Amino acid sequence: MLVAFSALASLLLIAVFILKEGVPFLFKYGPLNFLLGSIWDPQAGQFGIYPMIVASLWVTLGAMAIGAPLGIAGAIFLNEFVPRSVLRVVKPAIELLAGIPSVVYGFLGVMVLAPFIRAHLGGPGLSVLAASVILGIMVLPTVISISTDAIGAVPNSYREGALALGATRWQSVHMVTVKAARSGIIASIILAMGRALGETMAVIMVVGNAVKVPHSALDSARTLTANIALEMGYATGLHREALFATGVVLFVVIMILNALATSAIKAGSRRS
Amino acid sequence: MLQRWMGWMGLAFLAGALALSGCGKQRAAFTMAGSTAFQPFAEKLADQYMAVHPDVAITVQGGGSAVGVQAALSGAAQIGMADLVTLPPEAAALKNVVVARDGIAIVVSPKNPVTQLTLDQVRRIFNGEIRTWKALGGEDTPVRVVSREAGSGTRSSFEQIVGNLKLTSEAIIQDSNGTIRETVANDANSIGYLSHGLLNDRIKAVQVDGYLCTEESIMAGHYRLVRPIYLLTRGEPAPTSKAFLDYILSEEGQSMIHSNGLIRAK
Amino acid sequence: MRVPPKYTQVLAVTLLGGATLLTLVVLVFIIVFVLTKGLPTVSASFLFTVPRDMGRAGGILPTLIGTVLLPLLALVIALPLGVGTAVYLTEYTRATRVTRMLSFGADCLAGIPSIIFGLFGFIFFVVMLHMGWCLLAGGLTLAIMILPTIIRTSEEAIRAVPNAYREVSFSLGATRWETVLKVVLPNALPGIVTGIMLGIARCIGETAAVIFTAGSSLRMPTSVFDSVRTMSVHFYILAREGISNENAYGTAAVLIISVLAVNLVAYGLMHRFISRRTR
Repeated sequence: MLVAFSALASLLLIAVFILKEGVPFLFKYGPLNFLLGSIWDPQAGQFGIYPMIVASLWVTLGAMAIGAPLGIAGAIFLNEFVPRSVLRVVKPAIELLAGIPSVVYGFLGVMVLAPFIRAHLGGPGLSVLAASVILGIMVLPTVISISTDAIGAVPNSYREGALALGATRWQSVHMVTVKAARSGIIASIILAMGRALGETMAVIMVVGNAVKVPHSALDSARTLTANIALEMGYATGLHREALFATGVVLFVVIMILNALATSAIKAGSRRS
Repeated sequence: MLQRWMGWMGLAFLAGALALSGCGKQRAAFTMAGSTAFQPFAEKLADQYMAVHPDVAITVQGGGSAVGVQAALSGAAQIGMADLVTLPPEAAALKNVVVARDGIAIVVSPKNPVTQLTLDQVRRIFNGEIRTWKALGGEDTPVRVVSREAGSGTRSSFEQIVGNLKLTSEAIIQDSNGTIRETVANDANSIGYLSHGLLNDRIKAVQVDGYLCTEESIMAGHYRLVRPIYLLTRGEPAPTSKAFLDYILSEEGQSMIHSNGLIRAK
Repeated sequence: MRVPPKYTQVLAVTLLGGATLLTLVVLVFIIVFVLTKGLPTVSASFLFTVPRDMGRAGGILPTLIGTVLLPLLALVIALPLGVGTAVYLTEYTRATRVTRMLSFGADCLAGIPSIIFGLFGFIFFVVMLHMGWCLLAGGLTLAIMILPTIIRTSEEAIRAVPNAYREVSFSLGATRWETVLKVVLPNALPGIVTGIMLGIARCIGETAAVIFTAGSSLRMPTSVFDSVRTMSVHFYILAREGISNENAYGTAAVLIISVLAVNLVAYGLMHRFISRRTR
């Protein structure tokens, strides 16, 4: 059908466009220079994105360090230790919260979180830590929602079996249910990582955007997405290609994450 | 029944889309993009102009001076705004006209006791050599440098006038004059630079080499951090753009610019 | 000494409950904070008058219109394309390697950061195709952004329609297309509508891609070639440039309420259709 092909064509268009603009740059400049170079100075022709890679990594891992435990704990609690009716109300409520625009989170980060960090922990406040906390909160609904689905999908017979063998509620949860839902939970974390990695606006507002490798969580830094957003309006020539190449890097990383998540889900369903 | 509902929805969509694309084409429209220092003034001037000429539709975008140059070159905007001391080589193909001049003020938080700096101190602060306010007569707290992104005209002009300045990699980067103002206002230890036209009482401008960034000291040549604001067009401006450019350069436009904090073109 | 399981259970439940409570408190706090600071500013005049002095005074009407028009345009483009593709992938082809790769590709594109769509939209639509910053550029970019979501949710919804329905329709002599139009799609509607709502919610919250493609003009849009500002962009600009914190919070409050409303409508529609089908 023509319609289907034009839809797929448009998706292909964007993929091809980004690759066509970004990949030649990698050959021109050298992928190792690009990925491991620690100087980003477009006016001097230096396009090393290593500081941005490190910053993105820290910010994403920091976000997961906050969002994953809280999210999984929340999912377990809501599924196993709370009456069904509460879950029916709370889960849609949390999914609603996922719809809050990221700029609102970012602004609250600037007005509330950054000054707090600056006053009590030192540093400029606009830092990797601020970005991690904000992103961690932003991915909570994703983690909770998908993990809840995964835990809810575990057949009741598993739980009943454990209880019949004399386990307490908690023992049946952590020894049986969570293990059975493991692949779904892992998928939720991976998808949340993808979301954290790709977030731009909230991060630009709170991370400080300094072009250097962060040495502590209180340092200001610039993520890959923030770099693209800050410079794309005026970048031309090699500079613009470098930004597209950054896009290619993000593209590839997220594709890998998605593939991992999909295989995790498949592994889970295969086992059951 | 459902089909009929979907059919009506589809028709409504289509009608809306057609209506949107159809009407409105009779207005003469153009876009200005670029310098965030001049943007609020461009917006005010556009509003005033459109109040008298309702058949013209002027849209103003920001993005920084480099965006202004690129947008004018690529045609994304009909008028590019750039506040640069010297226009970059690629702008040689564009026609330019100076519509105002603007000082760059060095700003700190009102809570900061420091009130004056020498140009050399400014250089050493922004390239990262001076790291604590103690060296400048303040408390023993770290200096936090706030700067614009690389494409900013304010930044290019600032670095060019101060001379020999390579911005420290510790600098926090924000993407417009307004956000710099907000960042400096919120952090007692920060220092930044922004357009004189955007000063307000949330921040404090410091003297540079003994002079405050005021119109008098700029006109007298004492305060050196000044740059012109160029409006760029690809080739001769179209009649509607030209009319607006003339308006900005007219007495009415120039006095509005002047009363809001910029300096007249002539 | 082994701690009796009874006690570890109490400990575990307390910790888990604490974590859940913390999560809920933080999320609720954010909404309550913005609403308390913003609702006082929201009034009929705020919603229906134009901004004055670049947003320092006046209302947010053009941004409201922009926030409605942009997702609408994106949907007008993405919905037929997306549902059509989903129909094609499920009804007219078998599940081959190619179709599975296409599904995977759609999934990947759904996860791509919005700034990359913004970069693409800016360079391709605004600059290369000389559209300038306008509704059309924004709408096309957002359409491509929500297309994978619509394809994916429509696909799942269509697959969920029991084969028995199709078989009955065929046995009554309907063609494949008639079956799709009159049997499959109506029954897949709840899922498709969910996809639409997710797409709308994403468009409303989108800022980076919108600024670079639709621009940030505060004028009322009169054609698809006009630049337009959405509420997210307006909030971002007001808040960041320190133009007006009250109006910023007011805009944020309206934004949050809109998103909540869209989600509630989605749930309501879903439940209505589900209950109607199972009657």
